[in-house]
Amino acid sequence: MNNKRIIEYNYDVAVVGAGHAGCEASLATARLGYKTIVFTVSIDNIAMMPCNPNIGGTSKGHLVREIDALGGEIGINIDKTYIQSKMLNRSKGPAVHSLRAQADKKNYSAEMRKTLENTDNLDIRQAEVTNIIVENNSIKGVITSSGTVYYAKTVILCTGVYLKAKCIYGDVSSNTGPNGLSAANELSQSLIDNGIEIRRFKTGTPARIDKRTIDFSVMQEQKGDEHITPFSFTNKASDIERKQISCWLTYTNETTHEIIKENIDRSPLFAGIIEGTGPRYCPSIEDKVMRFADKERHQIFIEPEGEYTNEMYIGGMSTSLPEDVQYNMYRSIKGLENAHIVRNGYAIEYDCINPLQLKLNLEFKNISGLFGAGQINGSSGYEEAAAQGIIAGINAVKYIENEEPVIIDRSEGYIGVLIDDLVTKGTNEPYRMMTSRAEYRLLLRQDNADYRLTPIGYKVGLISEDRYQKFLKKMKNIELEIERIRNTYIDADDNTNKILEKYGTTAISSSISLAELIKRPELNYDKTAELDKKRQPLEQEVVEQVDNMIKYEGYIERQKRQVEQYKKLENKRIPDNINYFTIGSLRKEAVQKLDSIRPASIGQASRISGVSPADISVLLVYLKGK
Amino acid sequence: MHGDETITAICTAFGNAGIHIIRISGGEAFCVIEKIFKKGKSQKPFRVSEYDSHTIHYGYIFDKDKCIDEVMVSVYKAPNSYTKEDVIEINCHGGSYVAKNILMLITGLGVRMAEPGEFSKRAFLNGRIDLSQAEAIMEIIKSQNDYALKSSVNHLRGNIKKNIEKIREDILNEVAYMEAALDDPEHYELNNYGSILREKILPCIDNLEMLKKSYREGRIISEGVNTVIAGKPNVGKSSFLNYLLKENKAIVTDIPGTTRDIIEYSINIGNICLNLTDTAGIHKTEDYIEKIGIEKTLESINAAQLIICIFDMSREFDEEDEYVLSQIEGKNCIVLLNKSDLECKLDIDKLKSRKIKYIVFSTQTGEGFDLFVKELENMFYSDIIDVENEIFITNARHAEAINNAIQSLKLVINSISEEMPEDIITIDMMDAYNFLGEITGDTIGEQLIDKIFAEFCMGK
Repeated sequence: MNNKRIIEYNYDVAVVGAGHAGCEASLATARLGYKTIVFTVSIDNIAMMPCNPNIGGTSKGHLVREIDALGGEIGINIDKTYIQSKMLNRSKGPAVHSLRAQADKKNYSAEMRKTLENTDNLDIRQAEVTNIIVENNSIKGVITSSGTVYYAKTVILCTGVYLKAKCIYGDVSSNTGPNGLSAANELSQSLIDNGIEIRRFKTGTPARIDKRTIDFSVMQEQKGDEHITPFSFTNKASDIERKQISCWLTYTNETTHEIIKENIDRSPLFAGIIEGTGPRYCPSIEDKVMRFADKERHQIFIEPEGEYTNEMYIGGMSTSLPEDVQYNMYRSIKGLENAHIVRNGYAIEYDCINPLQLKLNLEFKNISGLFGAGQINGSSGYEEAAAQGIIAGINAVKYIENEEPVIIDRSEGYIGVLIDDLVTKGTNEPYRMMTSRAEYRLLLRQDNADYRLTPIGYKVGLISEDRYQKFLKKMKNIELEIERIRNTYIDADDNTNKILEKYGTTAISSSISLAELIKRPELNYDKTAELDKKRQPLEQEVVEQVDNMIKYEGYIERQKRQVEQYKKLENKRIPDNINYFTIGSLRKEAVQKLDSIRPASIGQASRISGVSPADISVLLVYLKGK
Repeated sequence: MHGDETITAICTAFGNAGIHIIRISGGEAFCVIEKIFKKGKSQKPFRVSEYDSHTIHYGYIFDKDKCIDEVMVSVYKAPNSYTKEDVIEINCHGGSYVAKNILMLITGLGVRMAEPGEFSKRAFLNGRIDLSQAEAIMEIIKSQNDYALKSSVNHLRGNIKKNIEKIREDILNEVAYMEAALDDPEHYELNNYGSILREKILPCIDNLEMLKKSYREGRIISEGVNTVIAGKPNVGKSSFLNYLLKENKAIVTDIPGTTRDIIEYSINIGNICLNLTDTAGIHKTEDYIEKIGIEKTLESINAAQLIICIFDMSREFDEEDEYVLSQIEGKNCIVLLNKSDLECKLDIDKLKSRKIKYIVFSTQTGEGFDLFVKELENMFYSDIIDVENEIFITNARHAEAINNAIQSLKLVINSISEEMPEDIITIDMMDAYNFLGEITGDTIGEQLIDKIFAEFCMGK
């Protein structure tokens, strides 16, 4: 007798996973008014940071500011919970200035949970999703391990590292997600059954060490900025200023390297136990020692996991070596001689999809209404995940509304670079954002993310009218100040030249515009204050953009020309119904690649590996004949 | 394959050559040849399928029952042919009459006449050659002398490409290093990198400057020197021209499309191609029509790259000669003292005193011609040693791209001097890289395609 009753629910959006991608995705769809359910295997671990205890950093800081500019949550959440804030790369050019903040991990997770719990239209459900329901190549919903059916118009997969997760160090392994959380062992098969290609990636994390067993006196203290910069454009520095906690810098040494080399055969990675492909740009310490063999030492950053705990994160020493080797290795480092390991370092293997199966809106090509975001798409990092989360959320709504998708292109944001790279070029390792991946990075600065993306966020509906009006006012102030600086002329008198001399720059013999002076390598906006009699005090965010836009004007102009060239090819649309097999003049490899990726434009086609410039010429000629 | 139509053309130059080649390319090529060709002395029906690619067959071309010519037929099966399509080449006897008859026979079977360069266009579209090679082929088709041909052939083999690719690689290596250092500062140093970069970029600029300089000579090689013959009436301008035409008759071509009433010729002298303009004699006149003619002459003189100025040795140096001299002063000029076969009445010392270099010449005896050729080569190929091994830029598009790349690299040097950060410097580095890619075909630009295909379809 079968008395099992099937329980059914109806939603607009079902989000599978409540990590950094899932949070942004579900907040976006719920805030836009769509009934959303977000599934997590552990409600106590929403927006968990299982690896590094920080948000931002080189190029990742850009992503956070872009998400914030679109109306996402990550920037606001880290501003609430940071314990140290720092603008990196200040000695380099403005394109690579990157904001990074240490987070209180527990607080970060709790605050995000609070936000989710108090968002209208958003339900949280602790459950493991085991199946997706697909009919006629279209998503219908998901089923959880209890057999409950959740019908949904769209589904966003944000499974992170949980699909068939396996944690490994030495010869010890367990089939769990990070920190012993349960893995999702069934969903992969349901995806495969629905024609989705699955692959296996790996990533890793270092050990955590008890603060009381670390000798900080032999390490260099890394303090936060005296004047902090908020991540969110909605915050002023004064709103969120607080006492900051230091990080500490130490180094590996030859003994450390010896220990690693001697035991390398016991590493599951080198011994072949780990099959997944790891990130080249976020390597484990054993990787670094083997790869940079002539390097005498590597930097190690000791970072607090939060104010609530004595656990310290050992940045730069991710490892999956056996426990005894980990002890020896960590204890060989200056200041860690007596270290007590609270948690071992480990590697984690997981299933993810080949992102070439996605369109630029992050929707699966073969299943309409099904989206993917975050590590399931082959990326790595909280910020990369969150970026895809908000875009998937926005486009799930566009899908429901039957409207054109929102696609940020490579000249508009790092988000655009990230998604275009993933779905066009694909990736053979966990994809990490880097400034070098952005061709137009001088235009994609962290200081102007709101200028680039807030109009899009407003149009989508994630930016409030009030915030938008403030944004417009800021833009106006920037514009007016630049105009004023260009039209302010400085007299060539003794007073002027005395000030110029003070900054070690050549004297002037005739009147010169203030803009010209700011362009000099020795000067900037702030340093010319004494010369600029009519200057009114302006907000730091305004000053930063004015300074950059004047100082690097020529370079910005040239980069804009590069963007024009790029847009020309981007705007050459390729019809959806194109049959590449009938264009005999394309090389076979190119036909296959073009047919499987189905680029939207000539520009996108030109970035597919295996499609040569000659193939593109052929395509251009072919389209011309159409 | 590209284009469904089968196309044909006579591939050898028009005129009374000893042999002509007719090429047919496309899906119908084999079908067509089977209809018109009978193999061997025994004139058996020809079945392409019975033979391998790259075979040559002796036999006869028939128009129904009438034998037109005894020929050799080469078979190239797709994709192992110039166009990557099925290709037939018929070697027939010379004289344009026979070739034209065969061509008409083929077109009568529904095969379309190829547009100029269309075989190459298909070779490109079918992936047989890349854009820069296609461009070089167009240059070969247009090239007017040996130097130009060799330069184009060099280009075709990819010499320019190799040279430019090397520079691009150098640029990219530096960018890659800087990018690595920006993203992974722990493992890649940027200390003092500016001066290292400067040392790497300066040779690239030098190299590109050389290529840019070669453009002037390259252009002379491929396009010829615009030359004006000047002098007062009856000094022998026309007989000089006729002399050149007679000595070099096989390679005279009229330049079509000129609407001016000044006659133009293109003549190869030594290894230089002169685009000659015969002008009205320069003299003082009140005649309105003549005045217009003389004004035009003076205009031509101003625009010319070379002036061949002729004086009559058998007459006194007069006011009109003086006027002619004043017009050519400071210009690139070769002075010929003509009619050396007659009694000399010209005061040569007068020219010597004005430091005018001259060549004593006679269109009757040919005296001075060798000196004239030598002077020409000195004038235009002073730096040229070995055309076969030197690399010349002959194409305006390439010259422009190189110039743009030089400008970008100079901006890089400038940024280094101003101690700009590396993330800024890479902007101009990438510009240079992309400009050079326009030459190698690695930078995709629609304008490039348009430009090249305009050439492919010339004369359409």
